[in-house]
Amino acid sequence: MTGSQPIAKPELVPNSGLQPEPLLNAGNSAVADNIFHLAMLACGLCVLALVAVILYELVKGSELSWHAFGLKFFFQSEWDPVNEQFGALPFVYGTLVSSLLALVIAVPLAIGVAVFITEMCPRRLKGPLAFTTELLAAIPSVIYGLWAIFVLVPLLRLYVEPFCARYLGWTGLFEGPPYGIGMLAAGIILAIMVVPIISSITREVMTAVPQQQREAVLALGATRWEMIRTGVLRNARAGIMGGIILGLGRALGETMAVTMVIGNRPEIARSLFAPGYTMASVIANEFSEATGDTYLSALIEIGLALFIVTIIVNILAQFLVWTVTRGTPARSHA
Amino acid sequence: MPETVTATSDFAAAPISLWRRAMNSWATLAAAASVVLVLVPLGAVFGYLVYKGIGSINWAFLTQIPKPVGEPGGGMANAIAGSAFILLIASVMGVPIGIGAGIYLAEYGRNRFGDLVRFTADVLNGVPSIVIGIVAYGIVVLTQKHFSALAGGVALAIMMIPTITRTTEEMLLLVPNAVREAAYGLGVSRWRTTLSITLRTATSGVITGVMLAFARVAGETAPLLFTAFGNQYWNWKMNQPTAALSLQIFTYAISPFDEWHRQAWAGALILIVLIVAAVSAVRIVAGRGMMTGAN
Repeated sequence: MTGSQPIAKPELVPNSGLQPEPLLNAGNSAVADNIFHLAMLACGLCVLALVAVILYELVKGSELSWHAFGLKFFFQSEWDPVNEQFGALPFVYGTLVSSLLALVIAVPLAIGVAVFITEMCPRRLKGPLAFTTELLAAIPSVIYGLWAIFVLVPLLRLYVEPFCARYLGWTGLFEGPPYGIGMLAAGIILAIMVVPIISSITREVMTAVPQQQREAVLALGATRWEMIRTGVLRNARAGIMGGIILGLGRALGETMAVTMVIGNRPEIARSLFAPGYTMASVIANEFSEATGDTYLSALIEIGLALFIVTIIVNILAQFLVWTVTRGTPARSHA
Repeated sequence: MPETVTATSDFAAAPISLWRRAMNSWATLAAAASVVLVLVPLGAVFGYLVYKGIGSINWAFLTQIPKPVGEPGGGMANAIAGSAFILLIASVMGVPIGIGAGIYLAEYGRNRFGDLVRFTADVLNGVPSIVIGIVAYGIVVLTQKHFSALAGGVALAIMMIPTITRTTEEMLLLVPNAVREAAYGLGVSRWRTTLSITLRTATSGVITGVMLAFARVAGETAPLLFTAFGNQYWNWKMNQPTAALSLQIFTYAISPFDEWHRQAWAGALILIVLIVAAVSAVRIVAGRGMMTGAN
């Protein structure tokens, strides 16, 4: 796309034996070159500085809470702003359960979508389908939340949850009154939000598998599904794992949609119908009205934990994707 | 490199057995079904937005500020303007830094330090937006002593930078080296080559990156909750709390009033139209490839 535009057309004057006019009226100044280099370097340093500032602000802000509660902070379930007792366990639990639930729902769907788009669908459908599924990623979180409150939650309350309670109630995961709002709603809305991420990475790594690999398996007499399973998915599995972990990172940090449907109650319940609370949503709900330094500090410490966890998750994901896609030319991200 | 296929003997049998044929059809069906299952929520979200939102969009909605609770009418004009204001502040800060860092990576960053910057940009891309909100609160709100449009802009700028940096870099790398060499050969200095030749050639790609970053932050709510904070009235001051479309949608959606719910749908419809317009424009400009949400 970018190479197609004409650059300036140099008009060479044939008759002159003189020195050619410079194309652009620019001096050859080494000073200007150095200044430009430094300016661009400064922009690059800005990126480094930003991450450093984020870390500094979070560490500084959470100092108070860290000194008051130490590591116990993450293993206590009491969240009592009045008596200044803070434990983040319910939020950690809520974040983990809602994200894992989201992955359980999203991973098979996302891989199915990726397989269909890269290996099965007619070529003409490929582009539009890819674009449409990734449009899901462009919808803002708050709109998912709005939709979930007025469409998904009533649907769950009236049909899905009574059904689950009746036939799957024995597992203990689907007990209690079906409010609609709760962990299950949060998991489903998160699943919808991470599907495009997982499927786009899966598509990318599947495309990176060499074509000869497919042809070789087919030549051995495999059916198309056997070719996909043994020739493509098996070779791309590390990258697919990376995509899944990237989706996990997104789900862990997702705030608005979850806050709007999870019920926001700091409790640990076994049932998926019960309301819960996540790390991101407690910050969203309580940060601006947190009175008292310890309270604010406890919220910032939750933010710090979220920051560190998502960074680790993202680094791991990038490494896994890289193990599959290295060697192939970088795909344009536009 | 790709491992060898070990299942050779399974395929050796000459006619494809019924079982293997059934598995093949079943897998195809399952993959197609998952596409349908993913497209259903997409259709449902857009369908509901249009169905619920279109009736509430009128002249008053686009030109008036919110009425007090209980009074019908009123609109989100201040929130729409507020969003534009915050996005403008964010772009003024984020776009030059992002493009600059992208230029650095593409033109000077083929070394260890460049790898570090590249890696950090990717890390920054994965930081949850709510955490960035906390940081903007710490840097701007605590210094200014109150919530402000500037704080919201800073938060969104931080979120725009990594996307713009990485796309700019990729787009600049697509420009053939021969183009740069041609410019050098004509006696153009390096900085002038980068700005007037390389960047110019990659303009459409760079704009793509900017628009993607823009679409990404336009609907962000979490980092604005305790930075821009929201406002029921007009505000054009950098250091005052400002309404934003996404914040207004959130407040109205979780409120108990039907009138506000209707307005939330209308606001959401306007927001999504703006974002989809931006993304589609990117697709038309880019002309090929897919837009990725993950990167």
